[in-house]
Amino acid sequence: MAFVPPHDPFAAGEVAARERAVDIVVDESMASQAGVMWSPDAAIIAHKGTWHEVWERFRKDKFAVMGLVVIGILVFVAVTAPWIAPHDPTTQYDEGLTMKGMPVGSSSKFLLGTDTLGRDLLSRLMYGARVSLVIGVMANGLALILGVIFGLTAGFFRGSTETAIMRATDVMMAFPIYLLAVALVAVLKPSLWILIFVIGFVYWTPMTRVIHGEVLSIREKEFVAAARLTGCSNMRILYRHILPHLVAPIIVYTSLGIATTVLFEATLSYIGLGVQPPTPSWGQMISDGQNYYRSAPHLVIYPGLCIMLTVLAFNMVGDGLRDAFDPQQRRR
Amino acid sequence: MSATDAVIPASTGAAAPASGDDLVTVDDLVVHFPITSGIVFRHKIGAVRAVDGISFTVKRGETLGLVGESGCGKSTTGMAILHLEKPTAGHVLYEGADLASLSGRALRRQRRRMQMIFQDPYASLNGRMTIADIVGEPLLVHKLYPRSGRNQRVRELLELVGINPNTLNRYPHEFSGGQRQRIGIARALAVEPNFIVCDEPISALDVSIRAQIINLLLELQREFGLTYLFIAHDLSVVRHISDRVAVMYLGKMVELAENAVLYGEPVHPYTQALLSAVPIPDPEAEENRRAVVLQGDVPSPADPPPGCHFHTRCPAAQEGLCNVEPPVLREVRPRHWASCHLVTNTDFPHIRAGEDDLAVVATGPVMGDASAATVVHTDALDAAGENDHGDV
Amino acid sequence: MGVDTSRLLDVTDLSVDFDSQEGIVHAVDHVSFSVAPGELVGLVGESGCGKSVTATAILGLTRMITNATVSGSIEFQGRDLLALPENEVRKVRGKDIAMIFQDPVTSLNPVLSIERLMTEGIELHLDLSHDDAVARAIDMLQLVGIPKAAERIRDYPHQFSGGMRQRVMIAIALSCNPKLLLADEPTTALDVTIQAQILRLMKKLSREYDAAVIVITHDLGVVAGMCRRILVMYAGRIVEEGPAKPLFHHPHHPYTVGLLRSVPRLDRPRSAKLQSIEGLPPDLSHLPPGCSFAPRCWLATDACWQGVPPLFDTDAGRRSACFHRDRLIEPAAAEMTA
Repeated sequence: MAFVPPHDPFAAGEVAARERAVDIVVDESMASQAGVMWSPDAAIIAHKGTWHEVWERFRKDKFAVMGLVVIGILVFVAVTAPWIAPHDPTTQYDEGLTMKGMPVGSSSKFLLGTDTLGRDLLSRLMYGARVSLVIGVMANGLALILGVIFGLTAGFFRGSTETAIMRATDVMMAFPIYLLAVALVAVLKPSLWILIFVIGFVYWTPMTRVIHGEVLSIREKEFVAAARLTGCSNMRILYRHILPHLVAPIIVYTSLGIATTVLFEATLSYIGLGVQPPTPSWGQMISDGQNYYRSAPHLVIYPGLCIMLTVLAFNMVGDGLRDAFDPQQRRR
Repeated sequence: MSATDAVIPASTGAAAPASGDDLVTVDDLVVHFPITSGIVFRHKIGAVRAVDGISFTVKRGETLGLVGESGCGKSTTGMAILHLEKPTAGHVLYEGADLASLSGRALRRQRRRMQMIFQDPYASLNGRMTIADIVGEPLLVHKLYPRSGRNQRVRELLELVGINPNTLNRYPHEFSGGQRQRIGIARALAVEPNFIVCDEPISALDVSIRAQIINLLLELQREFGLTYLFIAHDLSVVRHISDRVAVMYLGKMVELAENAVLYGEPVHPYTQALLSAVPIPDPEAEENRRAVVLQGDVPSPADPPPGCHFHTRCPAAQEGLCNVEPPVLREVRPRHWASCHLVTNTDFPHIRAGEDDLAVVATGPVMGDASAATVVHTDALDAAGENDHGDV
Repeated sequence: MGVDTSRLLDVTDLSVDFDSQEGIVHAVDHVSFSVAPGELVGLVGESGCGKSVTATAILGLTRMITNATVSGSIEFQGRDLLALPENEVRKVRGKDIAMIFQDPVTSLNPVLSIERLMTEGIELHLDLSHDDAVARAIDMLQLVGIPKAAERIRDYPHQFSGGMRQRVMIAIALSCNPKLLLADEPTTALDVTIQAQILRLMKKLSREYDAAVIVITHDLGVVAGMCRRILVMYAGRIVEEGPAKPLFHHPHHPYTVGLLRSVPRLDRPRSAKLQSIEGLPPDLSHLPPGCSFAPRCWLATDACWQGVPPLFDTDAGRRSACFHRDRLIEPAAAEMTA
């Protein structure tokens, strides 16, 4: 049977022949002729940047925002402590102790009371914030640097390098980190820098794992192959193509990590291996006050509350960031 | 080894329609992916034989279509030619030079000659770079333009592919799939390559956009004298764009011929079955044909059948021959290669849809069996002058 | 409201809106169509046209999506599914209306054996004992062409190839004798030789079971071989409807014209250029006022930018949502008589 071709408006001359084979986005003049303002590019131009979108999503998470506020207050207090603390944290006041030598409760002079040696609790808490934050952030920073270097190297170069690094990580993770930290600090004598080093050294393993996993999935993506085809060197691929994709997980795991390192430091201080007195540290304050928990519970409650709020705040911010970076999140 | 001179298609530069010497030569390419076992010390227990020994050439200026179903190894072939996958054995020569012998800076310099357009428009652009950075990176890496000229060049490239140059500070996620594919094409063109491997460039795009991209690729080829290796599973599209077509099955090349010949008179049983199954967007045409149904499932590339890889599903398979001896890609007619024991210069097994549409070898006269034959338009056998036909 | 078996599916004025960051997205915009018992209908369109959401709405699954608002009516055998409570809809879903999904890899629960997957529905809807349900499941697997069904029923999905998994999905869908089968891109993830087999199977089973099938796809070749009637969707609206042969042969809507012209075909001469549809696919959160296809349409005039064209009747059983359909219809009439 004869083939009857379908009606062809193009062959019938209804559509002007196109000069260029390339079809560009339609001319905006078409829309404006009809008295209507519409252009397909408008949607593209109206799009805001990624960071803006991330911030928008973060803002909607009330807990995350609360956490951010708490962290903000904490940082402010830590930074300005020398100026806004009502007293010097190491001064032992006579009026800080009762007749019997017990710590004093809240009064006009000592807003949160005093500790066992008559020192102002509030000032000690403020200075303690500095210790916690400094150690928390810097220890986490060290862990981060180590984790990124190892994870990136293992994930990108694969082969025996990867096996060596990842198995070393496994071995490290098998160690009970608290005991290891205790042993190290006991040997090296506790000081601020030793603490930062020890905590960071003990904590790099989860970061390595995470980064390694991320790099493995990123390097399989076609844009990495395209970069290779473009002639990029390994170094360029690493810092221009892979590293930018690690920023999101790094930020998220940093926030969560600081929560852990702060707690870590508090624990070490609690058992006496943290910063040494008279420098105040929250963990140390709990340890000092624990024998008085019945008569002067504020000695234990306030530092404990500080630790809890800090850890909680960082966790909430970390969760919020993770959700904000994930564009798939629709269920809010 | 069997006679390699019969295996590598002879370069018939003068006679071939797409005038050209051999730009890319693939010689007995093998790409096996090891399957390993063990946690600390991995040892090989088998291999996925993605590409199992293929040889062909791509002539300068032509478009060679590479078709096959999933698992046939066509994408891996494309990657191996560009040296994105290391061949397990065999050679890939570009203008006579073996890429495997190069490394480091020399390899990176050679990369300028060949590029790839990827299947996934979403994963093939780095979401953290603006499209200006993406398209400009090749210029930067190869130091092709001074900083002052680079911006202008990027604009030119974007315009060339139909992207509004005023959007160059935008990020990929703000563009549609078709536009992203155009950006990928602009990036590939930035280094001014001669050879581009197009790996399923339109399968992930909307139907109405596919024709745009095809037309773009064709126009760019005309304008810049590019050579394409077009890898796809959509046979209708491949027919539209290719000069010659190669069919792969389970890591082997089963047929290679000029476009009109492959679609008009395929000789390999697999090609015939494949063509009969391609749907045609016309209810009347579909009514008048019966797709040939092949028995059984596609074997796993990790464990291909002995002898001819296709024999387990082939209705014409001969016991004792096809399951024992692997066939060799031979030139069975001028410029028409097939890898089948039963194909001779004068005859080949005609596959038709038998009872219940199962593939059978037709016995008796095959002309006039219109109800089951492939319905490829019969401009097929006028080898020359296919361009610029009217559409009616 | 009682069950009326003479009518199968009547969708009237269905709209599904999603609340998203960019505003309200009208995924399905006042869609109306009917499906008769045993009919094979094709729902054709590209990504974002609303065809999958329509299927989801018919199955009553849109109520599970928190930011979706559904309006209109979906009458299945005379009863409006949107007005029924969830427990009533559940009796219909899986039994009278079944669905085959696109990706057999993710649609079959990998931790359940085929036996579990199949008997779950059968026991629930047909009220059979476990042994009877297994027997029926084996019958279904044999029907769809799974070799050694009695042994393989205990296997897990990953032990089947893609084509086989799709057959299993068809078996599951048909196991409770549905009257309506929704097939969402049933063969897109399959190789072309397997695709042909699966489509043949679906056609055959639809006849045997007297089940209507709505094939949802972007592939014109698939619907050409399978469907009697075609619905073409664009940006959430139906733009053309009609019996397959006349529609393919002589489309009445510029989008359909564009689609058919841009697809290369084996049975036509190799032309130098495919006539593509210019412009970009629609962004549902940023649609132009008036006809959504206007920015890409060569027939567009001012009127097209100002008002949304409704579906006009153009011929027996054919409709087109275009103000300029006459320019597409008339020349053919002239051709026919010439």
